[in-house]
Amino acid sequence: MLGVKEGDEASFELLLQRYRRPLCHFLNRMVRDMAQAEDLAQEVFLRVYRARREYEPSAKFTTWLFRIATNLALNSLRDGRYRQSEISLDAPAESEDGSEIPVEVADGAPVVEEQLVERDRVEVIRRAIFALPEKQRAAVLLHKYQELDYDEIARILGCSVSALKSLLFRAYEALRVELAPLVAPEASGPGPGGNPEGKLP
Amino acid sequence: MNCERMESQLIAYLDGRASVSERREVDQHLTACAACRARVEGFRGVWKMLDETPAPEPSAWFDARLRQRIAAEPPPGIWMRLAAWLPQPRLALATLALVLVGIWAATVTGPRFRAPAGASPVAMSEEQNFRMIKNMQVLENYDVLKDLSALNEPQGD
Repeated sequence: MLGVKEGDEASFELLLQRYRRPLCHFLNRMVRDMAQAEDLAQEVFLRVYRARREYEPSAKFTTWLFRIATNLALNSLRDGRYRQSEISLDAPAESEDGSEIPVEVADGAPVVEEQLVERDRVEVIRRAIFALPEKQRAAVLLHKYQELDYDEIARILGCSVSALKSLLFRAYEALRVELAPLVAPEASGPGPGGNPEGKLP
Repeated sequence: MNCERMESQLIAYLDGRASVSERREVDQHLTACAACRARVEGFRGVWKMLDETPAPEPSAWFDARLRQRIAAEPPPGIWMRLAAWLPQPRLALATLALVLVGIWAATVTGPRFRAPAGASPVAMSEEQNFRMIKNMQVLENYDVLKDLSALNEPQGD
């Protein structure tokens, strides 16, 4: 980022290459609309470009970047421009582009049936994530998918680390309850002592 | 450790960021609490499920669209250019403040307001009056001078 600050175009290109994908993924999971996520990601990069001279390396660049992204996502969700309806886990599934996925039962090949079940399962998981309150959702996405430090996530969301841990606990607890019917027996592996790192796969 | 305290410890325990002593504390509680053990397993299951949801890739024209938007950005104004010329905005502000202080200091202590040595403000005023009185005649007959035809005639014939 310091290169970008000095007006080095190649450094901006490098930032784009490095953060385009994680930023689009994060925003897509936040607003659940890829076109909208791309628009927001572009807005994030534009703001970075505009503010490049004011950037001071006091905070980690990823913290700054995801803070802009989170604020933009929360604002766009609150504006209700892109998705007004409440998400219900019982409602028909939708694909990433917003079109409805018909829940069909295949009458022949088990492979097709399995694919449909799998697709439906993924949609249910996506819906459960999207049904979380916005701040909890952002916390889960930054923790689980971006693997940011607690300190970074807390800065992005503007809360203390202890408040963040509590936020994450409530979010995962809500997901646990919501997704309990989908937990496969093999998913419940050994007890807490079984994994030496205590780390989830 | 009780179940309530698990709320602040469990996530760090599961993602491997808890310290050794924190892990030991949680482990001790889990051996005694079936409900928290079930919760731990539930969280593990959730985390596995979250890995099953891949996000779609950004479109191929993402970069091209972004470059287009950057190219369409209005050029920076004079202040922005000035700020760009200076290495840091803070330095720009400090420089501006320094210039303003300099102007103020020059205004207050500059030579325009400094009386010549040995002359009081009253004396200056008298000197100015004397010059005016000296030229009074010319000033009084200014209209005559203005209408003097000799001044309007072309010269050099």
